[in-house]
Amino acid sequence: MSTDRPGQLTPSQTVGPYLALGLPWPDGPDVVPEGTPGAVTIGGTVYDGAGEPVVDAMIETWQADPDGRFDHPDDPRGARTPAVEGFRGFGRAATDDRGRWSVRTVLPGALPVFDALPVFDGAADVREAPHIDVSVFARGLLDRLVTRIYLPGNAEANAADPLLSSVPAERRGTLVAVAEAPDRYRFDIRLRGDGETVFLQI
Amino acid sequence: MAQPAERTPTLPPYAPVPEGTHAPLDFPGYRSTGLRAPVRQPVILPHRLTEVTGPLLTGPIRPGDDDLTLGEHGEAQGQRIIVFGRVADSDGRPVPDTLVEIWQANAAGRYAHRWDDWPAPLDPNFTGGGRVLTDAHGDYSFTTIKPGAYPWGNHHNAWRPAHIHFSLFGRAFTQRLVTQMYFPDDPLFAQDPIYNSVPEGARERMISTFDLDATRPEWALAFRFDIVLRGREQTPFEEPHA
Ligand SMILES: [Fe+2]
Repeated sequence: MSTDRPGQLTPSQTVGPYLALGLPWPDGPDVVPEGTPGAVTIGGTVYDGAGEPVVDAMIETWQADPDGRFDHPDDPRGARTPAVEGFRGFGRAATDDRGRWSVRTVLPGALPVFDALPVFDGAADVREAPHIDVSVFARGLLDRLVTRIYLPGNAEANAADPLLSSVPAERRGTLVAVAEAPDRYRFDIRLRGDGETVFLQI
Repeated sequence: MAQPAERTPTLPPYAPVPEGTHAPLDFPGYRSTGLRAPVRQPVILPHRLTEVTGPLLTGPIRPGDDDLTLGEHGEAQGQRIIVFGRVADSDGRPVPDTLVEIWQANAAGRYAHRWDDWPAPLDPNFTGGGRVLTDAHGDYSFTTIKPGAYPWGNHHNAWRPAHIHFSLFGRAFTQRLVTQMYFPDDPLFAQDPIYNSVPEGARERMISTFDLDATRPEWALAFRFDIVLRGREQTPFEEPHA
């Protein structure tokens, strides 16, 4: 039962088809408020293994502010009030009846890499390229899927990014958004099969 | 971009998830996995700044969001229950001030959702969504009604055991969890592929316990559901830092 073995992780389960009853918020897609200078839209379509849009998924995003900072006490540089007023860092958007999702945000900054991480390769000037962590939830997913959005304008930083470098070159493109306009990026997610998005194990 | 990275050895990652905790993504007994579970192996994402931080949300919560029985025109139909417990990490540390969201079917097993059209009655006083923050001890509590079981099209005569969907954030992206809480001794467990997708020895952690002491006399039965999120990796030594 749930109490007799404390310390053992609670297992994940699917959100099922009815997540709309509990999870979406009116301002869920607003990582920054409407009217924020420099705001961009990042979004796309979620596809299943048959190439059909997934109309009952939910996407969540988590990212640093444009200075590469987090308003969080576990950031060893210290929690800091975001550089952009009203910046929440977090976005949540259910897919619509065509499988589309989007959030309004500002582009994240690059991040330092800290030494204590056992897998860090030790290069002195390595930084993480600007990125957004993504969770994908849907009926048929027994655990969330995790991926990352990188940005196409950062070719040099992306080339030096430790995670992107660890992904086979022919699949790296699934992690890089496409610029459709100066303030609009597309990031499609393919759950399975041809062009399958690179998913990450955390 | 070329400046040296800042270096402070104070970013212990979260402990790995032990084998046998979660369901495999590809689980043929649950048919919806067939077109949705990835076929490729995931790439390892080491825990860095974005993963050890996460949204410390305090909303959106309105008064009454912890009581799902309060309908627009009156009280929801069904067996009133209290669902409560503690959110902790795997080191036993409580997780305070974290958002817990739930959603569920009504007492007849029907969701107030346009896609749910099986012939069970809707309840105009039950929409089925709730939110609460854990307190300083990691404790949470909802008042709701016991959801009914419901049929679904996964296989012949398939029924979901009664359950409440739970969503939790913890303090870090790494700790994010969505799960389902079940009720003790449900005869429908044996035929449910979603419950059984989780390995034996772990799936039982999703079953709440009936708690007579927490029951409110002449008011509501009580079920305890404690939730354990991932904890930090044990650090071999402590290093002083600013
Ligand atoms: Fe359900």
